[in-house]
Amino acid sequence: MYVAVKGGEAAIANAHRLLADRRRGDRSVPALRLDQIAEQLALGVDRVMSEGSLYDRELAALAVVQARGDMIEAIFLVRAYRTTLPRFGYTCPVDTGAMQVERRVSATYKDLPGGQVLGPTFDYTHRLLDPELAAGGDVEAPTERPAEAEAMPRVSSILAHEGLIEADGDMPLDHVPGDITREPLQFPMARDIRLQALSRGDEGFLLALGYSTQRGYARNHPFVGEIRIGEVELELDVPELPFAVPLGAIRVTECQMVNQFKGSAKAPPQFTRGYGLVFGQSERKAMAMALCDRALRASELGEDVVAAAQDEEFVISHSDNVQATGFVEHLKLPHYVDFQAELDLVRRMRAEYEARENENRAEDKREAAE
Amino acid sequence: MRRQEAREQAERKAMMAILAQAKADEIARLWSEAGLPSEAELLRGPETGLVTVRGRIGGGGAPFNVGEATVTRATVRLPSGQVGHSYALGRDKGKARLAAIADALWQEPAHREAVETGLVAPLRAALEEAREKRRVETAATKVDFFTMVRGED
Repeated sequence: MYVAVKGGEAAIANAHRLLADRRRGDRSVPALRLDQIAEQLALGVDRVMSEGSLYDRELAALAVVQARGDMIEAIFLVRAYRTTLPRFGYTCPVDTGAMQVERRVSATYKDLPGGQVLGPTFDYTHRLLDPELAAGGDVEAPTERPAEAEAMPRVSSILAHEGLIEADGDMPLDHVPGDITREPLQFPMARDIRLQALSRGDEGFLLALGYSTQRGYARNHPFVGEIRIGEVELELDVPELPFAVPLGAIRVTECQMVNQFKGSAKAPPQFTRGYGLVFGQSERKAMAMALCDRALRASELGEDVVAAAQDEEFVISHSDNVQATGFVEHLKLPHYVDFQAELDLVRRMRAEYEARENENRAEDKREAAE
Repeated sequence: MRRQEAREQAERKAMMAILAQAKADEIARLWSEAGLPSEAELLRGPETGLVTVRGRIGGGGAPFNVGEATVTRATVRLPSGQVGHSYALGRDKGKARLAAIADALWQEPAHREAVETGLVAPLRAALEEAREKRRVETAATKVDFFTMVRGED
């Protein structure tokens, strides 16, 4: 017999009201405005856009404050919002070579066209907490230097001339890019679909997997060919206009990882590549994505699949933190009936076990007496 | 004739690119300063939706889907019958409406000059100034390598 149990309505309503109160916190402290979050917690907002898979700074800032700074909750909110909107189409592929670059470094070439441009980086800081920031002091305006108009071609296109590095990843001409928001995941999957999943994947998960490849689990000797951060312009083909309509610009981070490769039955010795492209400024995520992309190309390049980072089904099925948190966190919801059934089962098994034990003991005694 | 048509399309696209990147309050301010007419019938929207942003594998290879972005669009018809469109990232419906009217006005010879000088030119100048500022700030972080001679020989 199953008896439905209801209740908790008032408790839930009060819990949400309490949540709103705790979210606001001490009323004598000014409430955060969305523009403060978007401007001053910009990289947190970028992470929400990247893993929420929705480029909209204002919405991401709202999600951050609504989630009390819980990033995965904020990402969840953004993902849920996305599903309420109609889709107008697919943009023309962005041209990262034409990016308005705000940072661009290469670890493989010192003197490359356009140079090494550090931009607003944490690199080379001493990681000392800054008490002046706590005091809210004024901040100096950035230094300016006249910029010569110099093209900044992607490093990969420079290296390509020698033929020692593989080309950008091509697909058959009639290949239509897959879309994980439209079709369920199927393994094995093409590289384009993998990249879509990785680009929205959890930064921590991809970082750990990327790290594991460096530590020897699917070692592939990576170098940062190039990282570039900046704005790229978006265009969309629409039926009502005779040209691709410009939509404005978004900031992205691109990472070209270059990996040593000794060659296999399928490919000659050359440098192979892993690719990362993510929304916002997030080079850690872009680098981790590129490391995972390369590791996941093991079968394509004729390498043995021996480590977790090379296992496509393992990596892609577990990279989405909204799915992961949904399944882990559902465990705290009422499982009363499930658990009752399990409890009955364990009781029965225990009774049988004890009966058996008693019988064995009785038999031992009998044998000893005889 | 065909060349002129192509040039006109390029100019229209450039105008739409400026409006897409401009801030809504800037458009509204310049609009009233320039005294542009804002009477128009909405044929579609303004409505907000998504576009899926595409990148290319390795930067220049086959396309793949990166993620979505919010976009707002509108289509309007002026009392003259001229139709205009707008698309821009974000969710600003007021901006979408004004940008669509600007597109319609731009296509009318009587209004093009006013749209270009009163609206597009100052927006373009502001965008270019902001872009140039970012460029020179970025350029100051460019590394100048130098070598040091060490040891006796």
